[in-house]
Amino acid sequence: MNAPMNPRKLRVTTTSLSGCFGCHMSFLDIDERLLELAALVEFDRSPITDIKHCSQHCDLALVEGGVCNAENVHVLRELRANSKILVAFGACAVNGGLPAQRNHLDVGKCLSQVYRTPDGSATAIPDDPELPLLLDKVYPVNEVVRVDYFLPGCPPSADTIWKFLTDLLTGRTPRIEHPLLKFD
Amino acid sequence: MPTVSVSAEISSLIEPILQRHAWRADRLVQILREVQEAVDFISDETAAHLAEALKIPYAQVHSTRDFYAFFYRENRGRYRVLFSDNITDRMAGNQALFEHMAKRLKLEPGKVSDDGLVSIDYCSCTGMCDQGPAILVNNRAITRMTLRRVDEICDLIRGQVPLDKWPAEFFRVDDNIRRADMLLGTPHEPGKAVRAAIARGRDGMLAEMKLSNLRGRGGAGFTTAVKWEACRNATAAPRYIVCNADEGEPGTFKDRVLLQSYAGRVFEGMVIAAYTVGASHGFLYLRGEYLYLLQPLEAYLAGMRAAGLLGRDIGGVAGFDFDIEIHLGAGAYVCGEETALIESLEGKAGRPRVRPPFPVTSGYMGKPTVVNNVETLCKVTEIALHGGTWYEAIGTKQSTGTKILSVAGDCARPGLYEYAFGVRIAQVLEDCGAQDAIAVQVSGASGVCLSEREFGRRIAFEDVPTAGSFMIFGKQRDLFEVARNFAHFFAHESCGFCTPCRVGTVLMKEIMDKIADGRGTQYEMNELLRLQQVLKPGSHCGLGQTAGNAVADTVQKFRPAYERRLAETDFVPAFDLDAALSRARELAGRDDAAAHLGEEA
Repeated sequence: MNAPMNPRKLRVTTTSLSGCFGCHMSFLDIDERLLELAALVEFDRSPITDIKHCSQHCDLALVEGGVCNAENVHVLRELRANSKILVAFGACAVNGGLPAQRNHLDVGKCLSQVYRTPDGSATAIPDDPELPLLLDKVYPVNEVVRVDYFLPGCPPSADTIWKFLTDLLTGRTPRIEHPLLKFD
Repeated sequence: MPTVSVSAEISSLIEPILQRHAWRADRLVQILREVQEAVDFISDETAAHLAEALKIPYAQVHSTRDFYAFFYRENRGRYRVLFSDNITDRMAGNQALFEHMAKRLKLEPGKVSDDGLVSIDYCSCTGMCDQGPAILVNNRAITRMTLRRVDEICDLIRGQVPLDKWPAEFFRVDDNIRRADMLLGTPHEPGKAVRAAIARGRDGMLAEMKLSNLRGRGGAGFTTAVKWEACRNATAAPRYIVCNADEGEPGTFKDRVLLQSYAGRVFEGMVIAAYTVGASHGFLYLRGEYLYLLQPLEAYLAGMRAAGLLGRDIGGVAGFDFDIEIHLGAGAYVCGEETALIESLEGKAGRPRVRPPFPVTSGYMGKPTVVNNVETLCKVTEIALHGGTWYEAIGTKQSTGTKILSVAGDCARPGLYEYAFGVRIAQVLEDCGAQDAIAVQVSGASGVCLSEREFGRRIAFEDVPTAGSFMIFGKQRDLFEVARNFAHFFAHESCGFCTPCRVGTVLMKEIMDKIADGRGTQYEMNELLRLQQVLKPGSHCGLGQTAGNAVADTVQKFRPAYERRLAETDFVPAFDLDAALSRARELAGRDDAAAHLGEEA
C-alpha cells in the first residue's frame, strides 16, 4: 500500500518541575533504545535539548515533579497548552512526592527557618523578582492542569518508560502491569 | 504513651464502670461509652489508665476510641450538640438552625466554648427523618427543631440545666405509623410466639422457616433459614444470636419504631432463633443515636425474665437457657456491616472482617453467630405463629411477606408504611401524599436513585430491593446536592481499612465539592465515573462498593443538574492559585507581576 515512507516524527517535550531529575535519568536509562526512539520522535523543549520554550505544537509532554512555585505553574501551563497528551511522569508529579513533605508545615515557617541569619536573630527572605514565589503547598500536576496519563514510580524504571512510550507511539492504550507498575 | 496520671476524682468515677464490666477488655467499647458519659471525654491519660486497668496495650484503647465518632479525645464540653446532617434534615432547614445556634452561643463548628461548656457540630443521619430536623445532645435525641427551640436550648445550656430537667416534649419521638399491615397492625400477645415455636420443635421451626422463604430485611436479602441452619450445623459452641439494630442507613428509622413499640416481637424473635439454632446468648447492638431506648428496652428484658421468656429453661424446655444483653454503638455507620458489628461487640474498632469464614461458623469470639436485622426477627414471630406456608403466600415469589418502608422527604405524611412486597413506587408516593416527586432514593445513600419514569417499578428483591429507606425529592430539589450530601457521608463513614474506599470516597467528595464550587469540567465528570469503577469492584465491604451509587445514578439520570455547574474550559484547578502564593508574596514583600498568577497562561 501507499504507506508514507517518512511518517512525521512525534514531537516530545519534557520538564522537571519540583522533582530531582531522577525520572529523566531513568528515561536516559533506556540506553541503546534511545537510538530507536530518536528515529520516531523529535525533542522540543526539554532539559535534554535545552530549548527554553515550546517551539510548536507537541504531541506528548512528560512532566516530572510536583508544582511548588509560580514558575512551575507557568511551565506546566505552557506544556499543557502546547501538547496533545500530557503525562504526570513519576511519583512527585502524580502525588507531590518528597517535596510535598513540607505540606504539613506552614510555608511562612519554612521560609523564615531557611533564611535566618546564623545566630537566629533575624530573617532575610529574598525579594528578588527573579526568584519564583513558593505556593502554600506542593500540588500534584493533576490539581493544576488536566492530565491524560499517570506514570507512577520513584522513578518509573527504564523498562516501564519504554513500555509506556512504545505503547503510545504504536497507538495502543498504554497498560503498565506487574512487574512494571510500581509506586516506589 | 502518656503517663498514667488521672485525677483521683476521675479514677473514682471510672472504677465502678470497670467493676461493672469485670475489667473485661472485650467490653472496651461499652466501657469507653460509659466513661465518656461520666467524665465527658476520654483524654490520653484516661485512655492510658484504662489500658493499664484492662491489661491491654495503650494503642488498642487509643485506636478504638479514635475510631468512633461519638468518642472524644479532647474536651468537647459538658453539652455536646450534634446536628443530624442527612439530606432530609438539610431539606428541613438544619443549616439555618445550626448557624443560629452557633451565633447565639458564639461557637465555631467542632470547637468547644471558651468556658468548656458546650460544642456544636454536625453528625450523620440520626434516624429521625420523619420528625426532623433532629439533633443529639450528649447522644440524647431531640426532634422537630425550630429556631424557637434552638433559642430555648441555648438558654438551657447557658443556664447549665441538667439534661434530665429539660422539657420532656423536646425528647418526644413519635412512631408515625401511617400504614399498618401484618406486623405493625397485629396486636402482640407476649410469649405466644415463643410457645408456638417450642410446640413446633427445633426441626419443625426450621422447616417452617424454610417454607416461609423469609429473607433478611437489612438490605442484602439473604435467606434467613439458610443462615440459621448453617449456624445450627456448626460444631463449635457456644452459639450467639445478634440483633443488628445499628440502623445507620440515611433515611431509615423503622427499627427505631420497632424497638420503641414492638420490642416484644424483636426479643421473642431472638428467643426463637436461639431455640432453633441452639444459642445460649444474645446481643442487641443498638446504635448510639438511640440511647434513649436503652432504659425502656432494659426494662422490657427484665419483664421477659420475670415472665420466664428469658433465663433458664425457657418455656419449660429443660436446658433451653438464653439471655439477651444490649450493647450500644458509638456513631459508626460501618458497624451495620455484620462483621464490623461483631468486631465492635468484641470491644474493638468496627472494621469489617475478611469473609469467609462467615459469622455463622466464626462470628462473635470466633463462635457460630447469627446476625439478623430487627425487622427480620419480628417476622420470625409471625412464622412461628402462623407457619411458613401461610407466610409464603404473602408478597411476591422471591420476596415473601411484608416490608416496612421509612418514608421521609417531600411528602405530606412521612412515617412508616408497611406493604406486602411488590408494591409500586407510585403507590407509596400516592399514599404518603407526594404529588410532585421527581426522584426517590430507595434504600438510603447506598441504594438506588429512581427518577419519575421508574415510579412504576416495584419494591421487591426481584426489582428494587431495599433496607427500608424511602426518601422523596420534590420538583424544587437539586439532585446534585443530594448526591453531594451522600458523598460527604461516605467519606466521613469509611472505616479506612481498604485503600479504594478510604481514598476513593474522599476523592469523590472533593470532586463533588469542586463541581459545586463552579470549578468542575467534563474532566471531573469522567473522573467521577472512573472512580466508581474502582470503588465498586475494589472495596472490601459493602460501604465502599455502594458509596458511588448515588453519584453514578444521578450523573446518569440528572445530568443537567451537574452540567449547569460545569466550567466551559478544559480544566480549572480546585483552588485559587494566586491565593496559594499570597503567604510567600507577603513574606518576600513583593507585588510585582511575577508575584501573581493569573487565571490562565
